[in-house]
Amino acid sequence: MSIIDLSWWELALASLLVLALAATSHLARLGMVRSLLVAAARTVIQLALVGLVLELVFELGRLRWIALMSVVMLLVAGREVMSRQKYRLSGGWAFGIGTLSMFISAFSVTILTLIVIIGPDPWYMPQYSIPILGMLLGNTMTGVALGLDRLTEGVRRQRSLIENRLMLGQPWDMAVGEIRRDAVRSGLIPVINAMAAAGIVSLPGMMTGQILAGTPPAIAVKYQILIMFVIAVGTGFGTLAAVSAGARRLFDARERLRLDRLTVASD
Amino acid sequence: MSESKPVGDLELENVSVGELDSVSQSIAAGEIVCLSGASGSGKTRLLRAVADLEPHGGDCLLGDIRQSETPAHRWRALVMMIPAESQWWHETVGEHFDAGDAPGEALEALDLPGEATSWSIDRLSSGEKQRLALIRALAREPRALLLDEPTANLDAESIQRVERWLLEIIERRELPTLWVAHDAEQIKRVSNRHLLIRDGRLQES
Repeated sequence: MSIIDLSWWELALASLLVLALAATSHLARLGMVRSLLVAAARTVIQLALVGLVLELVFELGRLRWIALMSVVMLLVAGREVMSRQKYRLSGGWAFGIGTLSMFISAFSVTILTLIVIIGPDPWYMPQYSIPILGMLLGNTMTGVALGLDRLTEGVRRQRSLIENRLMLGQPWDMAVGEIRRDAVRSGLIPVINAMAAAGIVSLPGMMTGQILAGTPPAIAVKYQILIMFVIAVGTGFGTLAAVSAGARRLFDARERLRLDRLTVASD
Repeated sequence: MSESKPVGDLELENVSVGELDSVSQSIAAGEIVCLSGASGSGKTRLLRAVADLEPHGGDCLLGDIRQSETPAHRWRALVMMIPAESQWWHETVGEHFDAGDAPGEALEALDLPGEATSWSIDRLSSGEKQRLALIRALAREPRALLLDEPTANLDAESIQRVERWLLEIIERRELPTLWVAHDAEQIKRVSNRHLLIRDGRLQES
């Protein structure tokens, strides 16, 4: 099956529709014309750049370039996790915990999936490794960001409660137990919902993409199932690791709650 | 309730926290030392430092148990702070007790019915919360008490009851007690000694 290429002027046609939405929202005084247009422009620029980089990486197909691209993706995801938290651990801990937990979960799950399940040759073949890592990182990032945000917010709001439990002689992990569980749960809910609704409410993006590219639906479906499982595992372990490390960091060696280790985001 | 032997005196060795610098005090087993001072003078912070809830200078001793050498949660179970505003995290009162049930004689002494353990937290008044928080803490059998205005939310009659009940327990269990209080009459009624915080210093009054 051949793929119908899109020309740039055809994309320009689609952008007219975005402009129509912008005009309508201006008339409706939604106050989001600017952010809509900026976001649309960012989509074009960012994806065009990524396209160039991907073309290059695919052409070279060398492990070191794929590794470099993966690290860049990871660092950007780490920054994104940090910027999505209202109250963040200071001194680089917000970035460090987010990035490290994503590294541990997303990278190990990706490598495992490539070697054990899909088995391309070589195992790091960019056609498989980059999209899988990208999807895993994107979803793990959401889980980790939600989990950490819920954790720091909850601890701040329930400071008196945690300290009262400490006063009664509870160890720190018991005193923060419910908040920690709640934070992990909130990180996992989106991926569980996505699995539950897959195929019914919406056709998942990757499957749609594969079908558009000419893959028989039966194969696309199998890949989608694989990806959803892998995303759930990566997000689950990543969120668990990040929230556990974050909660530990909020207490010192004397099991005192240290809200002074949180800073309020300035943006 | 099993009554174990008291552990001993509570000693503060050069405790520094906030504005308070190098506080050294010894509170004997069964002694009640009242602590007062203007709001913001650091009364609560001193209690928090003794409970090891915030970073501080110096050290504390309970008998021969040293704060800095004891796991923090173990220390806090021995030297228990009871805050002015208590917090509750389960649905009902009883779930906050290890035994699943508050000791009946304590409920009775503080004019609470036996079924108070099945009450939902949402329906408690501030006075009920304060009395139940005292019962909850003392049911864990601490060896020293740090009380932060334990009768702040109570009416006159309840204040008398709580004072009587606390005095009896403190004497019987020989608990060294640091009690933050505002009311001069109450200080006279309950304290063996009265310390005043003024200009970042602790002075006998």
